[in-house]
Amino acid sequence: MNYGDLFRVTLPETVLEIAALLVLLVDLAFLRKAALQVRAAVAAVLGVVGSAVSIWAIYGAGATSLRFNGNLLLVGGGTVAAAQIGVLVLTALTLLLLVDSEFTQHPGEYVAVVLMAASGGLIISAARDLLVIFAGLELLSISLYVLTAFGKTSAKSAEAALKYYLFGGMSAAFLLFGFSYLYGLSGSTNLYQIVLAAYRIDRMSAWPLWAVALVLVAVGLGFKVAAVPFHLWAADTYEGAPAPAASFIASVSKVASFALFIGISAAALNPTSGLLLDTAHGVMRLETRVIHGPVPTPFGFFAPWVRILEVLAALSMVVGNLTALRQTSVRRLLAYSAVAHAGYMLLGLAFFSWGPRSAQAILYYVLTYGLTTIGAFGVVGVVERAVGSDKLDAFLGLHKRNPLLAGVLLVLFLSLAGIPPLVGFWAKFNLFVAVLSVGGGVVPFALVALAVGMSAVSLYYYLQVLKRAYVMLAVDEAPIKVHPVTMLVLLVVAAAVVLAGCFPAVLQNWIASF
Amino acid sequence: MLAWTIYLSFAGALIEALLPKGNAALARVIALLVAVVGFGIAIAGFIGGAGQGRIVIADVPWVPTMGIHYTLAADGISRVLVLLTGLAATAGVLFSWNIELRTNEFFAFFLALIGGVYGVFLSFDLFLLFVFYEIAIVPKYFLIAIWGSTRKEYAAMKLALYSFVGSAMVLITLITAYAVSGSHSTGLVELAHAGLPVSFQMWAFPLTFVGFGILAGLWPFHTWAPTGHVAAPTAASMLLAGVVMKLGAYGCLRVAMSLFPHGMDPWGFSFLGLGSWRDVFALLAVIGIVYGALVALVQTDFKFVIGYSSVSHMGFVLLGLMTLNQIGITGAVLQMFSHGVLAGLLFGIVGRIVYERTHTRQLAELETMHLSKRLPFAAWGFAVAGMASMGLPGFSGFVAELQVLIGSWTANPWWTAAAGVGIVVGVAYTWRALQKAFFSDALPAQHLHEHGHELAALTWPEVTGFVLLGAASLLVGLWPRVLLDTIEPAVKALLAGGGQ
Repeated sequence: MNYGDLFRVTLPETVLEIAALLVLLVDLAFLRKAALQVRAAVAAVLGVVGSAVSIWAIYGAGATSLRFNGNLLLVGGGTVAAAQIGVLVLTALTLLLLVDSEFTQHPGEYVAVVLMAASGGLIISAARDLLVIFAGLELLSISLYVLTAFGKTSAKSAEAALKYYLFGGMSAAFLLFGFSYLYGLSGSTNLYQIVLAAYRIDRMSAWPLWAVALVLVAVGLGFKVAAVPFHLWAADTYEGAPAPAASFIASVSKVASFALFIGISAAALNPTSGLLLDTAHGVMRLETRVIHGPVPTPFGFFAPWVRILEVLAALSMVVGNLTALRQTSVRRLLAYSAVAHAGYMLLGLAFFSWGPRSAQAILYYVLTYGLTTIGAFGVVGVVERAVGSDKLDAFLGLHKRNPLLAGVLLVLFLSLAGIPPLVGFWAKFNLFVAVLSVGGGVVPFALVALAVGMSAVSLYYYLQVLKRAYVMLAVDEAPIKVHPVTMLVLLVVAAAVVLAGCFPAVLQNWIASF
Repeated sequence: MLAWTIYLSFAGALIEALLPKGNAALARVIALLVAVVGFGIAIAGFIGGAGQGRIVIADVPWVPTMGIHYTLAADGISRVLVLLTGLAATAGVLFSWNIELRTNEFFAFFLALIGGVYGVFLSFDLFLLFVFYEIAIVPKYFLIAIWGSTRKEYAAMKLALYSFVGSAMVLITLITAYAVSGSHSTGLVELAHAGLPVSFQMWAFPLTFVGFGILAGLWPFHTWAPTGHVAAPTAASMLLAGVVMKLGAYGCLRVAMSLFPHGMDPWGFSFLGLGSWRDVFALLAVIGIVYGALVALVQTDFKFVIGYSSVSHMGFVLLGLMTLNQIGITGAVLQMFSHGVLAGLLFGIVGRIVYERTHTRQLAELETMHLSKRLPFAAWGFAVAGMASMGLPGFSGFVAELQVLIGSWTANPWWTAAAGVGIVVGVAYTWRALQKAFFSDALPAQHLHEHGHELAALTWPEVTGFVLLGAASLLVGLWPRVLLDTIEPAVKALLAGGGQ
């Protein structure tokens, strides 16, 4: 272990932790008597500054990776760096939405927990070792349970947090169980070693155990991204959590979890990339025989994994979209749409490319999706506070009550539905092209066709909200006031969605530049 | 220069959206200005492009890593349809002069739709074409849902979902064609030369053709059309029938037929007398012609008559495309123009001039109103437009449908015979509607005075819009070469191979 590397690689997380402590300190020591608004603003600003410094640290670390006994623990650079920066930018945006919210008397604690969750997100984006992955996941998850429960005066918030926690605890147990099988089968906690072991071991004998282990892992990770059938927590959590916390769960946690998925898939396809050169040389022959051979390997690590992902993807797309059709609460609608979007991304993971293409396409998708969702939750939060409900009918006549807000809603929801020239369309196109250029044959084609068909279905429920905002008559025409900072954040998000959609190459090149 | 039609329309839409509420007059003037200037550019582009082939307007790398270009170009077919769009947009603004509800938003959606339509006709990159095609979907929804009538929310949602499902089908083939071709380009010309495998074309062609055909009113996927046309406000009906249905037909021609020509090859076996996708779609087109006409014959709502007649007339377009010969496809393109103008004219009279004054579209109620005496301009206007629409020589419809029929005769005489039935029925339903709505003597004349108040006089925007569209149809009918000289070389190039 190289302590210099350790410092450099974990500097972004360290910065976040320091910022979290600083926020607590400032809030407790200097701002006890200050108004809630001021405390929230100071905490949010400190959090944003912490995120910014952390981004700087990521740029500084570059492609430095951390090894232990020659095995990778944390990697840097590449899609990992892009994902981490995405996590931090989205975290900063959700923090800014805190400025005018009133759900808590403890903004300092809230921001501190958010920053800790974000550092958990950074860790799982970069981790390549089961133990580190698990530690990072727990850091993220436990912070999220706390965030969900932050609306102390709301019974819904408590209920949502409890549900989230129970489901989360259960799935963590599954995950750990799966990890223990993987360790038992391969004798290592390093992802690359595990994958190589899967190729080395006599294929037939251990095959059922591998499959069981991977299914258990899929349960744990499927829970994190709310893939069907592990999605049951999503609707309640999205509905009950305070709006900024819900937008954090829907965006930052999604980005980090998919970054972890990308890391696992990349490791599964390129097991030698994680090994030091001399070790890599030893397994080269094995790799050329097993992976690049004329006959595709039937029982490698990847074969059952791909099947599992395909099933999760198909189920998530269908169940998510169809269930969203019947929702009357906009938050629940967003939750089921999140399930559906997770399905599209899982499809990208199931047909993962050797090169960086799939990783970049999925990352592009999840980053832009996270951005759009933050905006969507921002609008829902504002409307909720003005009307007192997040039902569809709360949006009646929004175009009259606040045209700008309605405009933002229009842009964001159409983007989620995948209407060009907004970024959601490009993200889908890019992802599906990546899927089809990797997997030939009937299955990927059928799944892409299903995905495209299902996104046609999704237009219906997004239009249900827009119909309330633009078409149907208002019951109450009193204008809705929006805090300038919130409005600014929402406008920036909407502008980014439009611009990134019109010039898709910019973000794509940025992701590819690491 | 033609590209400015797109930018101008979108800029106009943005300005309208930002206009202060309540200033309806300003919103109207701006919309008219944008539409007229766009029309002017379209005319200039049409004249300037005379005798030339495909003119590339802009070709900029858009997503270089994936070979997607921002390619705008115009060949003869594009120029004619851009001209139609300019004409329909101008007439549409004129016929919606009386919109008082959320006027600026109305024109914002209207101009956004127009911008998308211009964009589709000018795109020579499949990805770009698709982007513009989808941009046109959302404004349609809002135009109908907010400003429409008769079950407007149902009709608007139906239209939006039909369009979106159709475009999803197109998107599937777009993604697959890109992945299969390996040419790393989505340019229409490059894809046409990419040598896509015949087995791929065999299923990509029907999928794309149906996907676009949904919007062109292809039977049995036409059911959005009558409800959509009826529910839409007049200007939106004019655009729906006038240009949006043409988007579908244009997509069938430009994408499905040019990129996947082998999809129309014989299957090698014959099922119920159908030996290829071409036979299948020609049959569907013919069914659309006859079915639309027969259903139009029994409608009680005046606007439904026009709605179903659109299905019937668009059947001629699709039949013309499926002839795969010079004269048939030329006729199809001409029919797109002709129907765009005439449908606009008919919807303008029914939806704006008559409905806004009588507040009914039921033929049974109109029968009692003696409209020929009270609205003589509308009555005679509808008579002229109806005759043009049923294919009377001297109007554009005649030239177009005649060419389609000649083309289909050489391809398969049975198609011609069946389509001929559609024309005969077309005469019947037009006369029936004309007689019932305007020239009925069902009630004695004293009823006229019981109504008490006179119907409002015609306004200048109505008359101008009417004259504009009527003159266009007459001009093309009397002097078809004005369009044919532009269309024919483009069709010839298209038939010679996807290269254009």
